[in-house]
Amino acid sequence: MPSITFIHHDSRAETVSANDGDSAMYTALLHGIDGITGECGGGAVCATCHVYVDDNWLGKVGAVGADEDELLEGVVSERLPNSRLSCQIKITEALDGLVLRLPERQV
Amino acid sequence: MVATVTTAPPHTTQVLSFGAVPNDASSQPVVHLDVDPFAMDFFADPHPTHEVLRDAGPVVYLDKWNVYAVARYAEVHAVLNDPATFCSSRGVGLSDFAKEKPWRPQSLILEADPPAHTRTRTVLNKVLSPAVMKQLRDGFAAAADAKVDELLERGSFDAVADLAEAYPLSVFPDAMGLQKEGRENLLPYAGLVFNAFGPPNKLRQDAIERSAPHQAYVQSQCQRENLAPGGFGACIHARVDTGDITADEAPLLVRSLLSAGLDTTVNGIGAAVYCLARYPEEFARLRSDLSLARNAFEEAVRYESPVQTFFRTTTRDVEISGCHVGEGEKVLMFLAAANRDPRRWADPERYDITRKTSGHVGFGSGIHMCVGQLVARLEGEVMLSALARKVASIEITGEVKRRYNNTLRGLESLPVTFTPA
Ligand code: HEM
Ligand code: FES
Repeated sequence: MPSITFIHHDSRAETVSANDGDSAMYTALLHGIDGITGECGGGAVCATCHVYVDDNWLGKVGAVGADEDELLEGVVSERLPNSRLSCQIKITEALDGLVLRLPERQV
Repeated sequence: MVATVTTAPPHTTQVLSFGAVPNDASSQPVVHLDVDPFAMDFFADPHPTHEVLRDAGPVVYLDKWNVYAVARYAEVHAVLNDPATFCSSRGVGLSDFAKEKPWRPQSLILEADPPAHTRTRTVLNKVLSPAVMKQLRDGFAAAADAKVDELLERGSFDAVADLAEAYPLSVFPDAMGLQKEGRENLLPYAGLVFNAFGPPNKLRQDAIERSAPHQAYVQSQCQRENLAPGGFGACIHARVDTGDITADEAPLLVRSLLSAGLDTTVNGIGAAVYCLARYPEEFARLRSDLSLARNAFEEAVRYESPVQTFFRTTTRDVEISGCHVGEGEKVLMFLAAANRDPRRWADPERYDITRKTSGHVGFGSGIHMCVGQLVARLEGEVMLSALARKVASIEITGEVKRRYNNTLRGLESLPVTFTPA
């Protein structure tokens, strides 16, 4: 099972193991990671699953989709070049060790 | 559609003609129940019957209306998330559009399947996006504050008419860009739409009989020239110019927001105020931590489920948790029962504003999950925040009256007194 590390806004890190094929958002909810809200359950509507992808992983998580790009305009915390919606990141073995930083606020 | 009599005993009100109930030897038998989930006594207190429905099996058959039904969280969630098997294009009410003409032109989003649905959904997603909500937020919040100030002046009032209806009416029609005239048609029209998802009972029949003026209003209000620039309506029509939808489709998509965007939030906000009035300790927690406002609203949507039910129609033979359901069958999803299923929720009968609400199906789930959820949450959050800042206590001071609708759950009247903070 691939592991993902979520680093909270206050620098606290939590490492959890993910099921292959789940989204990073779903993995966070499953493990009760507080910094991700995921109000729309991964429907790509709410932009409350915002994460900053660690620079070392940016090349591996895939590109931002056109719809995701528009949604990212609506995130509550600042949008940065490494901003992603975690419901749009699908976890595979290749992402074992992925590091995602959480924004200050989701709503 | 011509309605049949609802007072007749069960089994005689054969609304649609279905084939025999399949009974595959390898699959679990489906329990038949003599429950009418569209009857007044059911609406008065649905929760005990929801429990019966959940406990009877993963899938049940309701003889009264000849439909399969799912009431447990797992099955409701599964049906919502398999739109290829459980389609919406044959109607999300009892009426099967493959057998009966819809009472109004079919919705291009709610009553559509991919790929048609994907196209219209993309348009509405953009019109109601998080970025659009950011722009609306301050205005919606100021209107909520003003409404609560006005109600505190009055002290005692009806929290349904004067708050749950008055607040959305003060923000949503303007956000849509509607004309000032004729807005009194909006709630009756929505009531009609949500009654029409139900069976041909008196509620549906009466609503359709009285519908002509409301339909005429909505029809004209959906036209481009009648929608103010900058509103949701105009934004939908602007998508005609970019080639995303046709000029014929735009008014129907505006109609979707007029149908689903007002009465739902009225009942959502009504549910939240009713919860906070009944559970003062939760109101106290909210007052001590304003950041809980959004979740307090979300939990009210789980707890009361303003939208109680929707149907799907099977596109093929399917097994649901070992129960066989044939092709072309209506499947009724009890969203409200799923939202209080003890198999999914700890202490489901408790209104708990700190609960992890994520995963509730009050807004649906999957590809049709409410496209207006951000509008609903925005209204709910800013209203609960205003209440928490300005009101010390909400006391119920008179008889609480229920409003009856085939799909929506809410109150007709909730007399309350506010004490200022
Ligand atoms: C508390 C308030 C609300 C509740 C409980 C609610 C509930 C729902 C539910 C359960 C569905 C799923 C239908 C299905 O799966 O067949 C839905 C869909 C929909 N809702 Fe809402 N809703 C609310 C507010 C709104 C608002 C404010 C709008 C418009 C601004 C809206 C517009 C729609 C539309 C257009 C759909 C169809 C989406 C699709 O089929 O893709 N709703 N809503
Ligand atoms: S969970 Fe809503 S956009 Fe990702």
